[in-house]
Amino acid sequence: MLIRTRGTHDDGFIHPLASEITPRAAYEGRREWMKRVAAGAAGTALAAWAARDVLASTPAPGKLAALPGGRSSVAGAYTMEKLTDYKDASTYNNFYEFGTDKADPAKNAHTLKTRPWTVEIEGLVKKPQTLGIDDLLKLSAQEERIYRLRCVEGWSMVIPWVGYSLNELIKRVGPLGSAKFVEFHTLADRKTMPFVGSPVLEWPYVEGLRLDEAQHPLTLLTFGMYGEVLPNQNGAPVRLVVPWKYGFKSGKSIVKIRFTDKEPRTAWVKSAPQEYGFYSNVNPEVSHPRWSQATERRIGDDGGLFAKKRKTLMFNGYEPQVGQMYAGMDLKKFY
Amino acid sequence: MRALLHPLAKPLVFALAIGPFVWLVWGAFTDALGPNPAETLIRSTGEMALRLLCVTLAVTPLRVMTGWPALARFRRMLGLFTFFYAVVHLLSYSAFDMEFVLADIAADIVKRPFILVGMLAFALLLPLALTSFNRAIRALGAARWQALHRAVYAIAPLAVLHFFWMRAGKSDFADVAIYGGILVVLLGWRVWRWLR
Repeated sequence: MLIRTRGTHDDGFIHPLASEITPRAAYEGRREWMKRVAAGAAGTALAAWAARDVLASTPAPGKLAALPGGRSSVAGAYTMEKLTDYKDASTYNNFYEFGTDKADPAKNAHTLKTRPWTVEIEGLVKKPQTLGIDDLLKLSAQEERIYRLRCVEGWSMVIPWVGYSLNELIKRVGPLGSAKFVEFHTLADRKTMPFVGSPVLEWPYVEGLRLDEAQHPLTLLTFGMYGEVLPNQNGAPVRLVVPWKYGFKSGKSIVKIRFTDKEPRTAWVKSAPQEYGFYSNVNPEVSHPRWSQATERRIGDDGGLFAKKRKTLMFNGYEPQVGQMYAGMDLKKFY
Repeated sequence: MRALLHPLAKPLVFALAIGPFVWLVWGAFTDALGPNPAETLIRSTGEMALRLLCVTLAVTPLRVMTGWPALARFRRMLGLFTFFYAVVHLLSYSAFDMEFVLADIAADIVKRPFILVGMLAFALLLPLALTSFNRAIRALGAARWQALHRAVYAIAPLAVLHFFWMRAGKSDFADVAIYGGILVVLLGWRVWRWLR
């Protein structure tokens, strides 16, 4: 609203000319327009946010037992990107115990028995113990986390996981001062996993993290996705999800967690040390010896075959949350 | 075998060979190529090129062993289909993996030995496709034409090496062993005949 004064009068109050007063309809119109601009700019984000809340309360696929996750307050817990279709996330998997083709696990993993299931916690901890899956499920409140997943092969997804920070479990067992690393052993059962024993890798599949990486709140001990328990091919009944590292660092169907003082000899480092490092942080600037990691293909992007590849983000976009853990480290050397 | 001379024999082989391509194009436009359609397209066309290469190389041994000279009628078409799938394979890779950025393709050839080997195989295949018609045979003369087309004996191992290196990342060589085994038999048969 424009308020002008003109000259000096002595009638105690300075009146603008009637013609100079902004009409009510005009200024209200302007305010409405400004509101709309602001809403437009934020609109996309708000719509996505609203959709997240809906999703948290309405599990999409309806295939397995529901496992709802509450809102997480962890920084970086929610990416605003479009979720990958459940069908793609549950039929395009690397889980070599069930075959090396990405369609194999969905076909073969029905033999996996997820109950009874126990996870042994051993090594350099104050309270080594064996936890049943039901106790593990109840150990802390289940949260939903919508993470980007970047595979070392150059494709990516966005998946709503359900679980809690691994650190909740770590606090419970109390690592000793000498513990520097955490090893994750996954199931290797020849009876139910047809490809255990194949020469592709050493079995069981072992992965590992530095203790501070394992304690980072983004590191998720995961029991579900899309509001339901994990499908077998995605690592039921319990797996790890480390969103800033290539997917193979996130072991599936975990049976043992061991705290050690030595850097674990992980499955891919043993199989091809010149190609895979212990850290395996997503890094567009450090190429895999056989391919570039600068871009990725997002599974399910609009346009299908003709969708453009995306630029891969440093630490898969989680640099603000995890970058400080690697301050001063030569990431080309520690790849 | 009179069926081999039937006027519909060639159209039938043509239809069988083009079938997978038609299916892939259909799948590309109906979103039926799975979660990663680009990968499906690149891998299936590569595998089809390798399969047709094996089939093409099987024509002569089969012809000699069965005593059916009419088999030779299909060899050129099968060879050209090998080339056709190799072209679609190369174009799919260039388009969907490299988005037609020539500098990226050049860098990829330097970086990845299996790309280099694939490109080499294609470079050797190209002149064979370009000299596949009758006038080219006449212009070159049969002897020189045949000498040129013996390049296929280099193309086949390069193609399998390309496949082997592609799979090396997963140490998953079951399929590679099948194609490698077939080619050892097909090329070994020629060596054996030549030595005899």
